Amino acid sequence: MPGLSALRRLGRALALASLTLGYAAAAAEPPLTVEIVFVSHARPPSPPYVLDPPPPGEGFDGAKLALQENATTGAFLNQVFDLQNVELGEDDKPAEAVKPLLAQGKKLFVSALPAQETLALADALKAQGALLFNAGAQDDFLRGAECRPNLFHTAPSRAMLTDALFQYLAVRRWSKILLVPGPNADDLADADAVRAAAKKFGAKIVAEKPWTFGPLARARSDAITQAEALTFARGVEADMIVVADEAEDFGDYILYRTSEPRLVAGTQGLTPVSWHPTHTAYGAEQLQNRFLRMTKRRMRPIDYQAWIAVRAIGEAVTELRDADPQKIAATLQGPNFTLAIFKGAAASFRPWDRQLRQAILLAQPKSLIGLAPQPGFLHQRNTLDTLGVDETESACKSGKP
Amino acid sequence: MIALRLALVACLFASPAGATRIYVTNEKSNDISVIDSDTLAVTQTVKAGRRPRGVRVSPDGKWLYVCASDEDGIQVFDTASMKLLRTLESGPDPEQFAMNAAGDLLYIANEDNAQVTVLDVKKNQVIANVPVGVEPEGMALSPDGAVLVNTSETTNMAHFIDAKTFARIDNVLVDKRPRYALFTPDGSKLWVSSEVGGTVSVIDAKTHQIVKKLRFDVPGLTREEVQPVGMRVTGDGKTVFVALGPANRVAVVDAETFEIRKYILVGQRVWHMALTPDEKYLFTANGNSNDVTVIDVAALKAIKSIPVGQAPLGVAAAPN
Repeated sequence: MPGLSALRRLGRALALASLTLGYAAAAAEPPLTVEIVFVSHARPPSPPYVLDPPPPGEGFDGAKLALQENATTGAFLNQVFDLQNVELGEDDKPAEAVKPLLAQGKKLFVSALPAQETLALADALKAQGALLFNAGAQDDFLRGAECRPNLFHTAPSRAMLTDALFQYLAVRRWSKILLVPGPNADDLADADAVRAAAKKFGAKIVAEKPWTFGPLARARSDAITQAEALTFARGVEADMIVVADEAEDFGDYILYRTSEPRLVAGTQGLTPVSWHPTHTAYGAEQLQNRFLRMTKRRMRPIDYQAWIAVRAIGEAVTELRDADPQKIAATLQGPNFTLAIFKGAAASFRPWDRQLRQAILLAQPKSLIGLAPQPGFLHQRNTLDTLGVDETESACKSGKP
Repeated sequence: MIALRLALVACLFASPAGATRIYVTNEKSNDISVIDSDTLAVTQTVKAGRRPRGVRVSPDGKWLYVCASDEDGIQVFDTASMKLLRTLESGPDPEQFAMNAAGDLLYIANEDNAQVTVLDVKKNQVIANVPVGVEPEGMALSPDGAVLVNTSETTNMAHFIDAKTFARIDNVLVDKRPRYALFTPDGSKLWVSSEVGGTVSVIDAKTHQIVKKLRFDVPGLTREEVQPVGMRVTGDGKTVFVALGPANRVAVVDAETFEIRKYILVGQRVWHMALTPDEKYLFTANGNSNDVTVIDVAALKAIKSIPVGQAPLGVAAAPN
């Protein structure tokens, strides 16, 4: 009877297989599958003069790590998590690219895209009842006049970042600011946020000097230095030069090249960021290590913001035992939702504009200077609401979805 | 020989309550401060492995176990000489651990590896690896030794594990970043502190239902500043002490009515605590002020602060 013993063996093998299926093996019902899509542009290789080029996988890697964490938790709850990576070509339109995915029933999207494309994608998803988590664009108008009911933000807004910086300057009583905006639209938006933060925290912008000398920071030592660039700030009585230079064209050039000794902050020098390699407190070391082990590189702000987005989805699904996007949206905006994001105070979403409340790190390239909210800045609801646009000032009229 | 050892143990337990030694792990200076509970002063500072965190003394008081988190091992010190004897296989990044009553098994949370390692101390042999949630931290063994509990900080669960078969019995969702688990002496309740959630969940150990969620409204502090971490319970099961992290306070909770009787001001960023065997004093490790606060348990008053190494985190009291 060789057949019988073979059957028995098969039976044993099946039993083993069902055991190794793991935690949820006992549950007869099929697992809840949670599908998430990450959307960003494929990056062309950086030119050689960029010293710290954005690595391939920036953003997606953070989402991937969070997905593993969600999956570990999900294994205890009969939930399976899936992540798809959509890399757009230079001329691809995100709204077009996601059409087949929407047709497949995907409802949860995370993006690291410029502001206008983020909006276009949110609008394309809205018609299908899908949610978008913006992990890339910092623009304030996405949280304000152009907010969308299905658009959540895990990237901090420019207002949050500049408020964090100006809280620190207020604590240090460095109140006289020379503002140096760059020529790009992003720089101008950044300069607006700086002016608003200065007003909010009692700093004085004693002078503004737009940068008109080109991308000198990119030039190397054999390049000719422009004499006017060395003297443009001469005679301005300021404690601090705040630069608005998102393209990294000149901020690093100014430090040590001014007539009078001046500190630099803003987009270069002392920078407000959501995440930084020097941050290890509040259990952050664990997240830094997990990311480093998985990718062999350091976690960057966009990675972290994408990580938060996927974790937030996971936490909502854990609470709900359901992946319905409308229920997830309601849970995330509910008063009881919190998320541990390794910066001390629990993160949560502001219901009026769906911006994630989070602490902001203040760092220079190799040293952490502080964390905002700075001690002493208080708010009647949540101290994290001392950063960014508060409910009463919000231009977002879309209300809850 | 065995009789002699038993007699010796009996003798140790029979000795009158009095001076004992308190061991404090200093996470950033990589050493252990030894405090005399009579003089309330540091008598010795002993070099430890990198990033010493979880700490316990064997039931007979002879061995001190210290997690050297960045060296992936548990160091064993001879408490008489404070000499390092050996390093145990702990699995990667050990943080907190529980011990059985006999002191021959350690249950170790491997924070970086989503598992619990069960170690036979005598053989220095891993006898089981139990997969749990992301960032396992708190570890507790029920007083009857039957149930092991681990809390996973990112998965936000208390995992109930059969301590004989190491099969998971249940997973209970609690508030964000659960850091510490504590059984009441009668084994009927499990207390779990959630650092980011700002709460303590009291779980019925039989039904695994949360029967009470404690919040701590400390006058003058925001909710976000209250981050419960370490806990200790008195032998009669009536009082639980909860360290509130950056709130710089220890909450004194009536374990029967769940009323918060008092907040005791201690040093900055209080992590873990230890009661002396006579329960006269509670010692708290204050991570940011680099000191240990001594609380008079009868008076519920902080009576002294003792400077120790950098970033003290764990505290254990010798059983004698």
